[in-house]
Amino acid sequence: MQIAIGREAAPEERRVAATPATVTKLRALGHEVLVEAGAGERASQPDAAYAEAGARISPDPAEIWGSDIVLAVDKPTPEQVAMMRAGAVLVTFLQPAQYPQLVEALRAQGVTALAMDMVPRISRAQSLDALSSMANISGYRAVIEAASRFGRFFTGQVTAAGKVPPANVFVIGTGVAGLAAIGAANGLGAQVRATDVRPETAEQVRSMGAEFIAPRDVQQEVSSDGYAKETSADAAAAFAELYAAQTAQADIVITTAAIPGRPSPRLITAEMVAAMKPGSVIVDLAALGGGNCELTRPGETFTTDNAVTIVGWTDMPSRLPGQSSQLYGTNLVNLLTLMTPAKDGELVIDLDDVIIRTMCVAHDGTTMYPPPPVQVAAAPAPAAQEAPAAAAAEPAAPKQPKPWWITYLAVVIPLLAFIVMSLTTPGSFLVHAWVFALAVIVGYYVVWRVNHALHTPLMSVTNAVSGIIVVGAILQITSENPLVKALAFCAVLIGTINIVGGFAVTQRMLTMFRRG
Amino acid sequence: MLDTMLANATNAAYLAAAILFVLALAGLSTHETSKMGNAFGITGMALALGAAITHAFTGAAQAEGAMTNLIVSAALLVVAMLIGGAIGLWRALKVEMTGMPELVALLHSFVGAAAVLVGYGSWIESLPAQALGHVDALHLVEVFLGVLIGAVTLTGSLVAYGKLNGRLPSKPLTLPARNLMNAAALVIALVLGVVFAAVPSLWVQIPCLLAITVIALALGIHLVAAIGGADMPVVVSMLNSYSGWAAAAAGFMLGIDVLIVTGALVGASGAILSYIMCRAMNRSFVSVILGGFGNDGSSAAAEVDGEIHETSAADLAADLLQARSVVIAPGYGMAVAQAQYPVADLTQRLRDRGVEVRFGIHPVAGRLPGHMNVLLAEAKVPYDIVLEMDEINDDFAKTDVVLVIGANDTVNPAASDPGSPIAGMPVLRVWEAKQVVVFKRGMSAGYAGVQNPLFFEDNTQMLFGDAKASVQAILSALDAAAPAAPAAAGAR
Repeated sequence: MQIAIGREAAPEERRVAATPATVTKLRALGHEVLVEAGAGERASQPDAAYAEAGARISPDPAEIWGSDIVLAVDKPTPEQVAMMRAGAVLVTFLQPAQYPQLVEALRAQGVTALAMDMVPRISRAQSLDALSSMANISGYRAVIEAASRFGRFFTGQVTAAGKVPPANVFVIGTGVAGLAAIGAANGLGAQVRATDVRPETAEQVRSMGAEFIAPRDVQQEVSSDGYAKETSADAAAAFAELYAAQTAQADIVITTAAIPGRPSPRLITAEMVAAMKPGSVIVDLAALGGGNCELTRPGETFTTDNAVTIVGWTDMPSRLPGQSSQLYGTNLVNLLTLMTPAKDGELVIDLDDVIIRTMCVAHDGTTMYPPPPVQVAAAPAPAAQEAPAAAAAEPAAPKQPKPWWITYLAVVIPLLAFIVMSLTTPGSFLVHAWVFALAVIVGYYVVWRVNHALHTPLMSVTNAVSGIIVVGAILQITSENPLVKALAFCAVLIGTINIVGGFAVTQRMLTMFRRG
Repeated sequence: MLDTMLANATNAAYLAAAILFVLALAGLSTHETSKMGNAFGITGMALALGAAITHAFTGAAQAEGAMTNLIVSAALLVVAMLIGGAIGLWRALKVEMTGMPELVALLHSFVGAAAVLVGYGSWIESLPAQALGHVDALHLVEVFLGVLIGAVTLTGSLVAYGKLNGRLPSKPLTLPARNLMNAAALVIALVLGVVFAAVPSLWVQIPCLLAITVIALALGIHLVAAIGGADMPVVVSMLNSYSGWAAAAAGFMLGIDVLIVTGALVGASGAILSYIMCRAMNRSFVSVILGGFGNDGSSAAAEVDGEIHETSAADLAADLLQARSVVIAPGYGMAVAQAQYPVADLTQRLRDRGVEVRFGIHPVAGRLPGHMNVLLAEAKVPYDIVLEMDEINDDFAKTDVVLVIGANDTVNPAASDPGSPIAGMPVLRVWEAKQVVVFKRGMSAGYAGVQNPLFFEDNTQMLFGDAKASVQAILSALDAAAPAAPAAAGAR
């Protein structure tokens, strides 16, 4: 089928839905690719590069929007929707919750619309999760924006001209963007602290090299759908206290608490900003939803009276157009790979696939939004099984622990039997039995301590040692009886194979083990 | 006077040998002390043999006209030890590390054979006394037990040897009523044993002894034939244990404590290894020994259907260069394909590029306890990056790429499904890593006959083909990518 990539209509949008590299991959799926002239210009991708990758360049928006499949970044304008054919497929960011009239327009046009911001957060869909791709870029860019407005080093240094302390970076919200910001700030050498209402993210935060901070006595909720929820009043108060304390110390504050489709929660009040050090920078990645900071002006960057700079850009990914186009383009390729199972250029819209169903907001003249909920957690322990266990595995009856007296009797009865037996055995046997019992006990404790990695040498050395049987044969070899002598000869021979072979091979193995 | 001193010295040497054997095993608790342990073992053995020779020859020297006998005996002893030693040394130096399981099994059979021979010898030596009416029933029981255990060890180990080197089919032999046959063999053995010890007549004892030898030999064959190839770690450990008990039985019959101590140590060691192996498969020892596992087709687990993602050596090489941490989970397939050398090479190259590479070893990977460790050591992989399952299982979540080479059941997430035949088996949780690549010949199920849902996970890719060839292909793909790295570094 024909896939078209348009030039984004919004003048501030620098991204493009395909790069020459992803065009090649789309073509490998059997599709034909059409690129609007100048589509990649703002992402430093000239038309010639697309043409070289095998795309046809078209200057005509009507041809682009009239294609079978249209890939875009931003929501389409009403004019663009009007150019689409019934039955065509549109894949882009749609924000269906905020723009019901757009969903309605797409439905009326008979378009199958897939929202890239509706990719369910299940592991199978990770490779098409464009929100995560974009959040990753936003997090990185937030640190770069902050660094460019912060008047000092991020990393601490001791110089001839005095000691420079490292910058204190405080990250609120540790989703993909927050973690990316932590990683970038850490890479620049800052001291990074982070917090989140989801305590289960603490481990990820630590793994990125930051300190996780949480208010003491708040029962935090474990998220069930991978996104943070709005928190209860008590918790909110405790968190407000924590934000106030941390922002006052921080040089850089990066807030990422955006709830999809809702206004961003107000986490940083005007008083908190007033209490911050002059020269500090706040980067509000939730500016699109109104901002996590009370003073944020969405789409603007300004400096307050007490010299705190607040960055409120709403287009962070677009500020790294090459990177974001590449990642977004790859997400789209992954989606189309999923939808082109035979790699023959035939698109299959499988609404039974939970990914496609969730992304689909309009299909065949029907509104498909909102989709049925998908419950899959990002972190908590028992991963919800996607496929219902059809075999109805009967739960194995929990094993009853053996009552203690069974083990007790298993020890005591043989011992008593042994005592009874001893009545008729010679004394020397009992001495040997002593030796035997103690040796078994010693063996038990010694062998348990053997390193797992040395189990093979253990076997070969015990092999060698069990060649001790030749001691018995040696005692017999001096017998006057020729038959005994012959048997003993054979026993010595094969026993010696064991002894020499066992020790030699053990030695060989042990010399192989070396430290790195 | 001299005799007493010699006798004392002999006994002291036996005691010293026993202590040295304990220290030999204790030395194996860490890599650093392991060579010392082996040296202790060799010294102990030398002392024990020296003491035994002194013991035997001083005893025989007291008999009248002993000179000829002594010379003949000494000559025989020297010849036997030279031949045996030469064969042993030759085998030990020549064996490939992939062939270790076979060698170990073969050596077990020798102990078993020696125990049978010593048992017969001991019985024949007791005949003159028996003829005079001095019947030592306890000694006869010991002889009987020694022959029984020795014979089972002998044939059991030979069958294990055959299965391990592929001369015998590794599939379990499931005869009808096999458990009944084993039980019957044991009951007959019990009856024969009682008769053998109770009736001091040559005409009763000879048939009894021959019969028990034949039955025990058959029992050994049947016991091990019923057990499938991948249960061999348990079987080999079990036979290790038996060989110890056989030596201990010989110690009882000859009244030599050093044999008893050593036999008990070996017996305990083998038993513990068997237990560890069983626990690693979450199966009871009895169920392993009764055999027939993996062949009853009762795989209750749901059929997994899903999509397989294939990858190529070139793509994988690129992924590996991007990765920060890589874990390799090897299994028996790596040994079969002899892939340990290219794997070690790959490990070295990646480490040189700053990638953290570690190995995760499941306790039952391979055909012998610790088999993988030895193979990797042979290929010069440093042992401090070769970790046990428990040491590495929590790290998979932080791992970029896991390479599963020739392993299947030990990385099967179905183990957490209560309906699965391998339910509850502790496994390497490789699927927690960002990317898992499975090296496999085809899509056949593992030993347990359980389909592996790991192959259908979204973060799993399959690299089909011979493991050795695949790893070599990755190496050449890395070579192709190699010039880029130094050039970029130089430009900076």
